[in-house]
Amino acid sequence: MSAATSAPEPQRVTYREACKLAIRAAILADPRVVLMGEDVARYGGCYAVTKGLAAELGEDRIRDTPLSEAGFVGAGIGAALAGLRPIVEIMTVNFSLLALDQIVNSAAAIPHMSGGQFAVPLVIRMATGAGRQLAAQHSHSLEGWYAHIPGLKILAPATVEDARHMLQPAIDDPNPVLLFEHVMLYGEEGTLDPAVTGVDIVSARIRRPGSDVTLVTYGGSLFKTLEAAESLRQEGIEAEVIDLRVLRPLDMTTILGSVARTHRAVIVDEGWRSGSLSAEIAARIGEASFYDLDAPIRRVCSREVPIPYAAHLEQAALPQAPDIAATARALVKGG
Amino acid sequence: MTDFLMPSLGADMEAGTLAEWLVKPGDAVKRGDVVAVVETDKGAIEIEIFNDGVVSELVVPVGARVPVGTVLARLGDTAQTPAPKPPLAPAVAAPSPPTPPSASPPSASPPSAPPPSAPARPRSSPAARRLAAARGIDLARMAGSGPGGAIVLADLEAPRPAAPRGDLAARRGFDPAAMRLAIGSAMSRSKREIPHYYLSETIDCTAALAWLERRNRDRAPPERVLPAALFVRAVALALAKTPELNGYWQDGHFQPGGGVHIGWAIALRGGGLVAPAIRDADALSVDGIMAAMRDLVLRARGARLRGSELTAPTITITSLGDRGAEAVWPIIYPPQVAMVGIGRIVTRPWVVGGSIAARPVVTLTLAGDHRASDGHLGGRFLAEIGRRLQEIEAP
Amino acid sequence: MTAPNMTAAETRQLVLDTLAAIAPEADLAHLPGDAVLREELDLDSMDFLNFVTALHERTGIDIPEADYPSLSTLDGAVAYLRREPPGPATA
Repeated sequence: MSAATSAPEPQRVTYREACKLAIRAAILADPRVVLMGEDVARYGGCYAVTKGLAAELGEDRIRDTPLSEAGFVGAGIGAALAGLRPIVEIMTVNFSLLALDQIVNSAAAIPHMSGGQFAVPLVIRMATGAGRQLAAQHSHSLEGWYAHIPGLKILAPATVEDARHMLQPAIDDPNPVLLFEHVMLYGEEGTLDPAVTGVDIVSARIRRPGSDVTLVTYGGSLFKTLEAAESLRQEGIEAEVIDLRVLRPLDMTTILGSVARTHRAVIVDEGWRSGSLSAEIAARIGEASFYDLDAPIRRVCSREVPIPYAAHLEQAALPQAPDIAATARALVKGG
Repeated sequence: MTDFLMPSLGADMEAGTLAEWLVKPGDAVKRGDVVAVVETDKGAIEIEIFNDGVVSELVVPVGARVPVGTVLARLGDTAQTPAPKPPLAPAVAAPSPPTPPSASPPSASPPSAPPPSAPARPRSSPAARRLAAARGIDLARMAGSGPGGAIVLADLEAPRPAAPRGDLAARRGFDPAAMRLAIGSAMSRSKREIPHYYLSETIDCTAALAWLERRNRDRAPPERVLPAALFVRAVALALAKTPELNGYWQDGHFQPGGGVHIGWAIALRGGGLVAPAIRDADALSVDGIMAAMRDLVLRARGARLRGSELTAPTITITSLGDRGAEAVWPIIYPPQVAMVGIGRIVTRPWVVGGSIAARPVVTLTLAGDHRASDGHLGGRFLAEIGRRLQEIEAP
Repeated sequence: MTAPNMTAAETRQLVLDTLAAIAPEADLAHLPGDAVLREELDLDSMDFLNFVTALHERTGIDIPEADYPSLSTLDGAVAYLRREPPGPATA
C-alpha cells in the first residue's frame, strides 16, 4: 500500500483533458510557447479544450484572435520564424482552407526556400471529422490533403496518451506540424499511464495484434476499427489494427511488416477515397508488398458526398464498425 | 538435342512432382535408364528415359509440380560434350514457374503460326502464386476459396488428410486422398466413355489346384506359387487367340498392344490400388509370372514402381483372392479395351460325368469395350481361359 | 537359430516381427493370441505367403501348405514353430 501511494496512480482522463494537459504543460515548460486561435481564451475553445487556461496562464499565452484564419495562421508563422513556439488552433479543418496559402505556400515552403536558414517550428491544431451533426462545412476529414504536402508533418492522435504526449515533440520539431483531433474523440475517456512521459511522432502503432488481416486506420476511426476487430474475433478472425498516428511521413515499415504476416489489408479512413490518403497507402502496399498479398487491398471510406446534416444520413455516410468487419470478413473468408 | 518430358503414367495423371533427379548435366544415359523419381497420385515412381544421349540440362527443379508433357530435361547427342545452355532459353533459373501445359517456347513458334489463345488464367492471389511457384503447384488444377473464388494461400496450405501409419506413410509421395481422386477420375471417364459389355464363366479348378498342390508340395515357401499365377498365365495364353482384347482404344480406333503386358491390380494396404505390368506374360513360365507378381506387390507396397510399368499394361486383371467375393464386374482402365476379373475359388456342387460332385470352382468375368469387340469374341476368350486351366503344362 | 531352440517368448517375438514387416500399420501390441491373422490384419494370399516365407527363412522350418491352418493365429504359429524340426531344404 505504501509503495502504491508513492507511485503516481494511472489517471482516467478524457481526450479533451489530455489535450489541455499537453498545452498547459508545454506553456509552463517553455516561455516561447503560446497558443492562439478563435475563442480559445475567454470562451475556452469551441471544443472546450482550453477552458480555464487563459485565467491560469494569462492572455499573453492563450490569445483570442479575430475570425481571420489567413491572418492568425500567418501571424503564427511569423512568430515561429521570429523565435517563438506558437500553437495555433483552427476550429475545424474546413476553416483551415482559408489559411491554405499560409500553410502550404509559406509554412511548408519557407524552410526549403530558405535553404534551411529559417525553421518554422509552428504547431497548428485543428478539429476534424464528422458525427456531431455539424453539416458539410464543419465535418470533413481533410487531413489527407495536408498529408500530400512535403514540408509538413501531419499527426493524428487517437488515444489519450497520444493526445497528452504528441504535442511536445510537435512543438520541438523545427518543421510546421499539423495536429488533427477528431471531434468525436474529445469526450472519450482513457487511462494515462504516469510511467509514460513521452511518445514519438515517427511511428505507427499496432493497437491490436492479429494474424488474419491488417486493418490500417487512424484518429476517429481507430475505435470503430477496434470494435470491428473484436466482432471479427468472435467469428474466429484475428485482425491486426494499426493506428497510423503519423499521416506524413507514413510509417510504411510497420504497415508492410504487418501485411507480410497477414497477407491482407483493409484501410479505414473517414476521408473520401478519391485521391486520398487511403489511396496512397493502398498504392504503397501494392508497390512494396504485391507478392505478400493473398487478397485484394480494400478500403472503407466515407461516402463521396459532402457530409450530411441529418443524423441518419451522416452516420450512413461514415465508415462504421459493421462495414469494416464485413469488408475484412470478405477478404478472409472469401465470397 | 531431344527433350525429356514429364510422362503420363495413366489416364488419370495430369501432373507430377519431380521428387529426385538421379542424373546430372554431363551424365550419359541410355534408353531405359531410370533418371528421375516423380511423385504421382500412385506414389513415387521411377521414370525411365527413352533416348540415348548426354544430359545437357535439368529444366525442372526438384520439388516442382508440372503438367504431363512439360520438358523435364534436355538431352544432347552422345558424342557431344555437355552443351552450354541454349542462348534462346530464357534464363532457365531453377525456380522458374511451371510451364503451362500447352505453352511452347516462344522461339519455337513459326512466325506463321496462329497466336496461341491466351490460356485461361486462374484467379489467384499474388501470395498464392508466389507459393505455388515455389512449390511447383499448378494453380490451374485448383479451386479457390478466396474473394471472388480466387485461389489463396489457405487453398495451398490446406491440411491434407493425415497419412495412415506404416507402409503408406513410408511410401514417399503417396496420398490416399489424391489416389482416391485419381481412381475416381479414371473410373468416371471409363464409365462415361466406354460402352462396357460383361460376361461371366464359372470354371472347374480341380485340375489346376491339384497341379498346384503337387507343384508346391516339395518346394520351400520362396518357390511356391499362388493360384493367381496360373490364372494370369491362362489369360496371357488365351489372349493369343483373341488379340482384339489386348490393346488400346485410341483416336477412335483399336490399336493392338505391342506384346501381352498384363496389368496386375494390387490393393494397397490402407486403400487404393495400382495395376503395374507383368511384361510379356505370354512368354513367362508360371514361376516367372509368380516372381513378377511378388516383385510388383513388394514394390507397389513398399519401394517404387517404374513409370513404364504403369503405362505398359495392354489389359488388366483383378483377382479378388481367397478372401474376396465370388465374382467381380470390372471397370476397364482407359485406354485399355478389356479387363478380366477372377473371383474367390469356392467349393460348389458340380456336374461331373453325369453325377454331382463337390468341386472347387472360380467365376471368371470379362468387361469388354464394345467399340473394340463383341460379346461373342469375349465368350470365346473366357472359354479359352477355362481350357487353359484344365491342362496346365510344365513349366 | 531354429525355433525349437528358442524360448516361447522369443518365438512369439519372431512371429510378431514378421507380421510387423508385412502389416506395418497394425497394432500388434494388442493382437489377441487367438485372433485369425488373415482377418485381423487383412492379409491376402500374397501377404500370407510372404509371412510363411519369412518364417521359413528365419527358422529353417519348411511349413508345407498342408500346415498353413496351424499358422492361422499367433498362438498357433508360436506352438507350430516350437514343435516342428527345421527342414533340410535351406541353410
